[in-house]
Amino acid sequence: MIWHLARKEIKSLFASPMGWVILALLQFWLGLKFYSGINNYFQVMSGIIRPAERMGVTSFIGQSVFGDASFFMLVAVPLLSMRLISEERKSNTLPFLMTAPMSLTQIVIGKFLGLVAFLSILIGFVLIMLLTLGLWADIDYGYLVSNTLGLWLLVASFCSLGLYFSSLTAQPVVAAIITFIALFGLMIFDRFFTGNEGSIMNYLSMMQHFQPFARGLIDTADIAYFLLFIIAFLTLTIRRLDADRLRG
Amino acid sequence: MAKETKTNMAEITVSANHLTRLYGGRAAVSDVSFTLSKGEVLGFLGPNGAGKSTTMKMLTGNLAPSAGSVKICGIDMIENPKEAKALIGYLPETPPLYRELTVDEFLTVTARLHGISSKAIKSAVDRAKQRCGLTEMSKRLIENLSKGYQQRVGIAQAIIHNPMVVILDEPTVGLDPIQIRDIRTLIKELGKEHSVILSTHILPEVEIVCDHVQIIDKGQLIFNGSIDLLKKQRQGNRLLIGLRNAPTLTSLEKIAQVEKAESLDNGLIRVYFTPGESPAEKIVAAAVKGDWGLFQIQPDQTSLEDVFVQLTHQ
Repeated sequence: MIWHLARKEIKSLFASPMGWVILALLQFWLGLKFYSGINNYFQVMSGIIRPAERMGVTSFIGQSVFGDASFFMLVAVPLLSMRLISEERKSNTLPFLMTAPMSLTQIVIGKFLGLVAFLSILIGFVLIMLLTLGLWADIDYGYLVSNTLGLWLLVASFCSLGLYFSSLTAQPVVAAIITFIALFGLMIFDRFFTGNEGSIMNYLSMMQHFQPFARGLIDTADIAYFLLFIIAFLTLTIRRLDADRLRG
Repeated sequence: MAKETKTNMAEITVSANHLTRLYGGRAAVSDVSFTLSKGEVLGFLGPNGAGKSTTMKMLTGNLAPSAGSVKICGIDMIENPKEAKALIGYLPETPPLYRELTVDEFLTVTARLHGISSKAIKSAVDRAKQRCGLTEMSKRLIENLSKGYQQRVGIAQAIIHNPMVVILDEPTVGLDPIQIRDIRTLIKELGKEHSVILSTHILPEVEIVCDHVQIIDKGQLIFNGSIDLLKKQRQGNRLLIGLRNAPTLTSLEKIAQVEKAESLDNGLIRVYFTPGESPAEKIVAAAVKGDWGLFQIQPDQTSLEDVFVQLTHQ
């Protein structure tokens, strides 16, 4: 049942130009980054610098591609998540889902998975693109796996936040703006409050938990952080929809 | 499937017990109770804002009642919402349509979400389309359909899973007369195998399609009974007669059982008689005897509108 709803969401995303445009633009930009990364690699590593300072091709290119990908998701996710629930509110289609034999939890998780699956297409392409380096070089597969996992968890967290803000309003644009501000806040939060090691802000900051993945380190504490973040916002969304039913 | 076994289980398909819904202390619906059996069509009548839609939302689990309970085929909507919802099809006031999908796509999604097995989906979609006259619109985007066709898609999504109870909130709004006739036929047909609840403010519609009528006003159920009962309320103690050479009104009032006579603007005479009696024969006999030139005699029925107005303004 959850999967049926997720499929419907994917279908709706592909039925709108927004989905295609975002996929295409991101893929174009990341492809460009990948291409220039390869060019730069040869220029930078062409023997000018000392061998000890040289770095592997995977991390050199991966860094720039994954770094950009996580930044662009900051813009892409609000644009895609904004319609998830607010559009249903606006066009009065929520009763359709509420009357179907599904629980609210199933509805919310279905929508969440639909969006994550859609964005996973992009993440999958990025991964495949970087894997093609393996055709002519020895690449660090572990680094790619950890980066992909990190990006995927980051995107899923963004989606859960976007889904929640989408459930608060009947105006998709408002949902997109609030989501963007919240995500942006989460990103810059890091710059201001995480100066000293061991402060509690370090535990709360999303970027602090994302960075280990970017360095190629998979830590269960970081995975737990993202999972808790996702569960928290999905629960809030369910509560919000339940309040609709209770308070009308 | 579970759905089939439940079909034979209970005759009573919907039972609402003391449904109450408060909005910030104001009761939108208060203490509404009724039951509906298999094969009945129930019409919900009421002025705007009377609580028809609120009641329907509660019946379909879209809104939690402040007090009271809803049972669909014996399954409690609040305790087992999933099982209860599997037995109903609902068309809300605004048809819930995903405009970016085609009719086929949308109905397929609906069928899937209602748990129809993937093998049966195609035939279910075709059947729903055929019943609602949508076959030629299969590949069209819902966005581009006219209001009437969108309404039909709304009805199609409510009946696609062949539910025990079909709840339609103003199903004929925005349709042309031919479509209205088709939809009424469809509702009647549905009423044979399923239970149908429909709300409307078109009064003749109720007379044509419904077996039972409920009139709801200011959240209260003020009339609940069979359509015949409502029709009976319409027949009063009045006759309309047309006479070519009318005698004085006093001579009419002399006829036994006639209490009062008054002439109307259109040349007819309205005669009030003692309730329970039928003075028509005597009037005809008197007319023949007195050569009054009787050309018309008929019961002066109160229109359904009048009954409705009477009931809602008490």
